[in-house]
Amino acid sequence: MTQQEAPVRKITVACDVNGYPAEFLAAPHQSLLEALREAMGLTGTKEGCNDGNCGACTVALDGRIVDSCLVLAAEADGKRVDTIEGMAPPNGLHPLQQAFLEEAALQCGICTPGFLVAAKALLEREPEPDEHRIRLWLAGNLCRCTGYDKIVRAVQRASSEMSKPAPAGGA
Amino acid sequence: MHPFSYVAPRTLDEAVEILDRRGERARPFAGATDILVQLRAGRFELDALVDLKAVPETTALSLDGGGLRIGAAVPCCEIYEDAAVRAAFPGLIDAASLIGGIQIQSRASLGGNLCNASPSADGVCPLIVHSAVAKLRGPEGERDASVESFCTGPGANVLRRGELLVEIELPPPPERFGAAYQRFIPRNEMDIAVAGVASAVALDEDGAAIVSARLALAAVGPTPILAERASAFLMGKPPTTETFAEAGKIAASEASPIADMRGTKEHRLQLIETLTRRTLAVALARARTSR
Amino acid sequence: MTTTTDRPAQQFNVVGTRPIRHDGVDKVLGRAQYGADLKLPGLIHGAVLRSPHAHAVIKRVDAAKAAAAHGVFAVITGEDMPVSASELLDMGEEVTDLRWMSERIMARGKAVYKGHPVAAVAAVDQNAALEALKLIEVDYEPLPAVISLEDAMAPGAVVIHDDLVGDHLGEKARGTNVAEHTRIEFGDPDAAFEQAAHVLERTYTISRAHQGYIEPHSATAFWSPDGKLAVWTTTQAPFGVRSNLAQVLKLPVSAVKVTPMEIGGGFGGKIQLYLEPLAAVLSKKAARPVKMVMDRKSVFDATGPGPGGQVTVKMGVDANGAIVAATADIRYMAGAYPGSSISAASVGVFACYKVPNLRIDAYDVVINMSKTAAYRAPGTPQAAFASESLVSELCERIGMSPMDFHLLNAAEEGDRRPDGPIFPRVGNKACMEAIRDSAHFQSALQREGPDGKLRGRGMASGFWNGIGNRSSVTINVNDDGVVSLVEGNPDIGGTRATIAMQAAEILGLPAEDVHPAVVDTDAIGYNDLTAGSRTTYASGQAAIEAARLVVEEMKKRMALVWETDPENVEFENGVFRNKVAPDQRFAFKQAAGKLGQTGGPVAKTGSVNVRGSGGGSFAAHLVDVEVDPETGKTQVIRYTAAQDAGKAVHPSYVEGQFQGGAAQGVGWALNEEYYTDEDGVMLNSSFLDYRMPTALDLPMLDTIIVETPNANHPFGVRGIGETSIVPPAPAVANAIADAIGARLYQTPMNPARVMEALAAKRNGANGR
Repeated sequence: MTQQEAPVRKITVACDVNGYPAEFLAAPHQSLLEALREAMGLTGTKEGCNDGNCGACTVALDGRIVDSCLVLAAEADGKRVDTIEGMAPPNGLHPLQQAFLEEAALQCGICTPGFLVAAKALLEREPEPDEHRIRLWLAGNLCRCTGYDKIVRAVQRASSEMSKPAPAGGA
Repeated sequence: MHPFSYVAPRTLDEAVEILDRRGERARPFAGATDILVQLRAGRFELDALVDLKAVPETTALSLDGGGLRIGAAVPCCEIYEDAAVRAAFPGLIDAASLIGGIQIQSRASLGGNLCNASPSADGVCPLIVHSAVAKLRGPEGERDASVESFCTGPGANVLRRGELLVEIELPPPPERFGAAYQRFIPRNEMDIAVAGVASAVALDEDGAAIVSARLALAAVGPTPILAERASAFLMGKPPTTETFAEAGKIAASEASPIADMRGTKEHRLQLIETLTRRTLAVALARARTSR
Repeated sequence: MTTTTDRPAQQFNVVGTRPIRHDGVDKVLGRAQYGADLKLPGLIHGAVLRSPHAHAVIKRVDAAKAAAAHGVFAVITGEDMPVSASELLDMGEEVTDLRWMSERIMARGKAVYKGHPVAAVAAVDQNAALEALKLIEVDYEPLPAVISLEDAMAPGAVVIHDDLVGDHLGEKARGTNVAEHTRIEFGDPDAAFEQAAHVLERTYTISRAHQGYIEPHSATAFWSPDGKLAVWTTTQAPFGVRSNLAQVLKLPVSAVKVTPMEIGGGFGGKIQLYLEPLAAVLSKKAARPVKMVMDRKSVFDATGPGPGGQVTVKMGVDANGAIVAATADIRYMAGAYPGSSISAASVGVFACYKVPNLRIDAYDVVINMSKTAAYRAPGTPQAAFASESLVSELCERIGMSPMDFHLLNAAEEGDRRPDGPIFPRVGNKACMEAIRDSAHFQSALQREGPDGKLRGRGMASGFWNGIGNRSSVTINVNDDGVVSLVEGNPDIGGTRATIAMQAAEILGLPAEDVHPAVVDTDAIGYNDLTAGSRTTYASGQAAIEAARLVVEEMKKRMALVWETDPENVEFENGVFRNKVAPDQRFAFKQAAGKLGQTGGPVAKTGSVNVRGSGGGSFAAHLVDVEVDPETGKTQVIRYTAAQDAGKAVHPSYVEGQFQGGAAQGVGWALNEEYYTDEDGVMLNSSFLDYRMPTALDLPMLDTIIVETPNANHPFGVRGIGETSIVPPAPAVANAIADAIGARLYQTPMNPARVMEALAAKRNGANGR
């Protein structure tokens, strides 16, 4: 008793992207990754495999990191999405971004946004992870250029920068 | 990818109604970590995906008189981040914390892992050794299925038209009980199990003999397998290295692996022996320190 | 990181420091524009229909339904592609034939690899294009697939290309899958083997391994009604894409403009054309810009991995362990068209050693799989897996330490390289000594790991020569003394910085005051590709040349300001001075402000054709592994890579190259392979099952930068990007053999194979 289905129409998705309200149209089969890149122009989130095995499309969804290729755009309705574009404070860099530069933790840079978003989520939960914990947390993010050494060092560096007590008084 | 519509029902009745109406052209999902990959690869076509995460029964996680109820859509991370669950069900945590990477664990559910019915599913064997029950709901009402009988072949399960998995119920473990899961993968993360073993044992009051045991094997048959003969063999035996080694041999004899890109038949059989021994040792240690 | 150097260093202000790379901020902010990030007005999207068969006659392609589908703008098949005659093309790291290249891009009449494009569609969006592909009807008549050396070389083998004319030691051969058989020979190896105290011969099998760049291929094209073709692509070779597109599409080269987008990894795999011509022809038909992005499965199925194959090596030594002769038989599977880096393999197989009597046979064999491509030191890791494994086993047999063996036999300045040239000053022995003196080598290995795991240590050396060739760099001096530097090499791993730093060194500026930009092919002189370890080395020389021209011009301008003869103006440490009036001096920045009043802008182009190679970079790697004898799993627990950089321009990115190559080599050693069915269909074509190392699979990777200056570069720089992938696989093999007392002769040395080797050892066979 299957009834004739109407053609699949785009749906409106309203969510919070990087702290700002966002509304866009998405086809129901479209991934959050596609919606971010195509509908919202946020191309910092990258596609490496489109099947959840490289982490290049990592974003935070309600504070948890996910592969945005494996999230439907429609699922983001009413949720908060944080992407690489929202990571830096105004007129500056996040300590992880700065550490990635200082440690030369990127070569081609295609995996970098995914690593940064993932590493940020780690340090927010666990400010001082050890090397094994960093490697385990980042195992869902593939990098083919660096051998991970400098990425791990950059996360360690950012961790120690961020754990320093804030400078007392104002300048 | 064939265009499909997205439906997010808010009640079980609504979900069942949609699934019943659409039949094979619709499927429920939770984390989408398997189904989107399968759809993109063209394994099958759907007209609708039914998101269960707005249905309260599927997203609840509760410890209940020593037992555990896991809503079908509860992601792995919520299971292993729950301190009480972690303390009470370490064997289940073994699996929940190694499925995919952190990103996948934010989304993937044990319910989805079970319904996907992959022989290599990491989440299923620990459920089997916990004697877990799948609570189903369909047009005809509710029914139960034991987890070991839930998967009927690669990608196939007992669900009927319009029926969905609501939650998984783990009964309170007996006293002096321990369980563990280990899988073997060539890398250290992000792989599908070449072979996996879950073990559970309960000891007598002196800790001198095994009073109940269940072993389950992953990736060595068309479904996750309850190793009945190896489990039976352990009953009444002293929990020694020799006993565990023998159990490993019996477990391997219950496996029927194939050779594929993930491993050879021979290697898988060796791994079942090794992982049986190793998981029994961990389960034993947990049994000895349990309440 | 450690740096060793064997001389009083040239004094540098910028070279050798570690500034933040110029493009870094854009990349950590997610602002850098990679190929797939491009948006253009009116952009539509393309998708490719690929052959499901590795070898099949295409009897019919009917695209009518697809063309009529809603949202479809254009459909093309092989019939829409121009036909090319045979013509040899130099691709920088390999040579290919224009006709093969054309056929590889889009099948005509016959599909010769799984994933071979058969048709392509452009539609309003990506999913509409993918759905339209399903409407294209293709009738295939499957043919037997030739997917192994044995199948391809057997008498009476199925011949993949009826019209392939093989070159077998100079003889033309027809009806063969062996495209080329070459031989390098000198001395009398057979007689020398007779005299040798010890001789060992072994055969090794090496898997096909993909470059594994995280960014899939992508290309966007707009074929304008005025006949101009604009292409935006993610390539290592924008000028190569320009000339290849002109050749394939029968256009004048100047009608094609290629804009290189940021590139998400290449490792040699983003040199050949793949999507660019399809996007171009679709664009011509649709009269709109067309973007195509490859999916990951197609990247594995249809772009070039490094070749797999079989290498037999034989080595004889005298009673002291000195090599008296060596031979190699190298057979690589090129994929569906000829060209598998056998010449580089022939150079590299014994390059680390003095070999007085030598013979190297090499075979380039066509099979029904995607055409292989350059992969970091093309052809050499495979050959070195054989030769460096053999050396280690030979050392075991003669009771000599591999370190002593390497130091005794290391090729040095004045020794003959296998293919003929005499080595200039090189750092081969210096790398080995650096490893010998390292904390890693000096520390004893604790042989028992936890839970019965077995530990072992292995080492191996490696060589890659690199290329020089053509580069152009333009420097524009701005009023504020900051210079913009315009270059044509896509920056795949920090070369904006390393090229800018070389200019900064000459100009006396901090690295930050040189602003590098990678531009399109209309905006800069010709540049060879970003490959062959040439970019920092050769384009750096163009930057140095441009900077020197800037200095000369600015000297003239200062002479005008000071009303003196230009010969009286000198430039040192960033300051122009009047020799006859020492108080007249301007720092570069001050001088830059005077250009408007002294004749206008200063913009200079340095164009070079660097004849010498990158100087040749040797490496030595040391690795400790831990093997679980109950599962066969190998974990790398400690790693040290020493390599000769000549002079490290930006040491962090030099270390990064050492580490990245080591990681790729470890992946190849342990898990990476094309797992195919008997019909040549790859079954593990995903990042899930093509198991590249994750962060959890590797330890920290220690590096030692050895600096033996290269006489071919003003600062002594060597090209260093590729050598680092050569030693890892044999080093890991040697470490596994040390750990388990049994040797593996095949990559990947995956857990099942380790278990087989252990079982063979228990049965007394010890591998063979």
